Amino acid sequence: MTTPILDVHQLRTWYPVRRGLLGRGAAWLRAVDDVTFTVMRGETLAIVGESGCGKSTLGRTILRFVEPTEGNVWLDGHRITEMSRVELRRLRRHMQVVFQDPASSLSPRMRVRDIIAEPLVNFGLAGDRAAVDARVADLLCQVGLPRSAAERYPHEFSGGQRQRIAIARALAPEPDLIICDEAVSALDTSSKAQIVNLLSDLQQRLGLALLFISHDLAVVEHIADRVAVMYLGKIVEIGERAALFEQPAHPYTRALLSAVLDPSPARRHARIMLRGEVPSPIDPPSGCRFRTRCPYAFDRCAAEEPELRERPNGQSAACHLDALPALS
Amino acid sequence: MTAMGISALIVMLAIAAPYVTDGQPYSGNALERLKPIGTHGHLLGTDELGRDMWTRLVYGARLSLISGAAPVLIALAIGGSLGVIAGYAGGRVNALIMRTMDIFYAFPAVLLAIAACAVLGPGLLSTIAALSIVFTPSIVRITETATTRIRGMDYIEAARCSGATDFRIILHQVLPNVQAPVLVYASSLAGLSIILAAGLSFLGLGMSPPNPEWGQMLNSLRQSIYVQPWVAALPGLMIFVTSVCFNVISDGLRVAMDVQDG
Repeated sequence: MTTPILDVHQLRTWYPVRRGLLGRGAAWLRAVDDVTFTVMRGETLAIVGESGCGKSTLGRTILRFVEPTEGNVWLDGHRITEMSRVELRRLRRHMQVVFQDPASSLSPRMRVRDIIAEPLVNFGLAGDRAAVDARVADLLCQVGLPRSAAERYPHEFSGGQRQRIAIARALAPEPDLIICDEAVSALDTSSKAQIVNLLSDLQQRLGLALLFISHDLAVVEHIADRVAVMYLGKIVEIGERAALFEQPAHPYTRALLSAVLDPSPARRHARIMLRGEVPSPIDPPSGCRFRTRCPYAFDRCAAEEPELRERPNGQSAACHLDALPALS
Repeated sequence: MTAMGISALIVMLAIAAPYVTDGQPYSGNALERLKPIGTHGHLLGTDELGRDMWTRLVYGARLSLISGAAPVLIALAIGGSLGVIAGYAGGRVNALIMRTMDIFYAFPAVLLAIAACAVLGPGLLSTIAALSIVFTPSIVRITETATTRIRGMDYIEAARCSGATDFRIILHQVLPNVQAPVLVYASSLAGLSIILAAGLSFLGLGMSPPNPEWGQMLNSLRQSIYVQPWVAALPGLMIFVTSVCFNVISDGLRVAMDVQDG
């Protein structure tokens, strides 16, 4: 139980960007830049950040849909980043994905039965047709869909139901880890709550680890054990959910949290407004990447890039300040 | 519906040719040259060598249908595979295939067909080969576009995550999702193929006399147009009707396939 199911070490995914007329002086878009974290068995790690911060690219790199520029990823002790295509195909059984938009993650011309049976057939997990049918029915039941759904096509279902189909497919090969890439972001509020509950139920029942990529902090607070906050391709703060939500150690985390809508008037707090735009990941600022928008930036921030340092509460944050100034 | 009926009738007549005619498209009576439509024994008249027009038109349907369907099927097989490979592989493979197709694209279709036919010599097989060469590049392009669009979809990556090999992804994910636009486009080529095949024969590059091919018949009856204009027009009418029917069916197919996308 002590070995992490997912171990990401100094992962970099840089995309080449052409510049100038002849594509000379190629620059790099640093979508994921030096990211390190682990996910334990049965744990949920949420990756949060604004759109464009590289969180989806991070997920896709871990799945090796995108080749990493540098760094390594281990899944249950196997180094994914060095694997051949054949080895990788076999290992994918242990790592599944649920995408944001179920309309595009389910082939419109396949019946639900065939969609869910795909991993069973490919990984050779069920013997004959009857065994596949039985397993598909069982999976449909696990995600709260009727047996009869198997014979229908994805477009006959609502968004929330389609996401259940996608989850059933991800569960089919009995994976250790499911990467949820904005899995509930495209859903309306009520289906969102249902799918989040379904995911946490399944996780507790099956001992799954989840890498939950999202920009929705309200959902993250509900489902995550630990949270990593990304800004411009880097993790700026990572730690236990409670510690991070109660006492953020990075100014960016604090600003993000202050933007969450809170229905309780008693807990209403001051909104921190960040000024300026997110800088370009092609040309990130020197030193701390957040300094251009940070209300507390000082000289050292431009000169020296802060490392992730452990804080008294247990989380780690990449900020030169030991403690954030109290909110006025 | 009407188009389907007429096409089915033409296809059935072509298959049953020996039973619905006297079965002798090559023999004629020199004394009964260029009889008008409605002559006793020759319902649709006779041609310039006294051969029965009905017999020749029905036998001609065989050749025209083959030269309409075969090039499209061949182009579909070759062009479809190349297009899927180009679209799925992307990068250099894509560039190689697509730039090669662009070379063919640079020539006007009819000119290309004439050139290919001139090189291969007259005959049914060279007509089919020439038209296949003409149709392949456009089918490659349609298929490549459809495949490229689908390749970026999440369900392809989800299938990869489900342990599918590239071959299996192409077979189970790509083909079912690109077939609709490609098949609709290919069916629209069938009508064009009949016209082009007839055109090649008319120019003397496709089927040669005495084969009863509609384009070739149109050519040899050309001189008799002032004597028996209606008889001379019959092969043209057949080409027109058949190709219009095929195009109407193709339009119907488009509507039918779009509904499924829902």
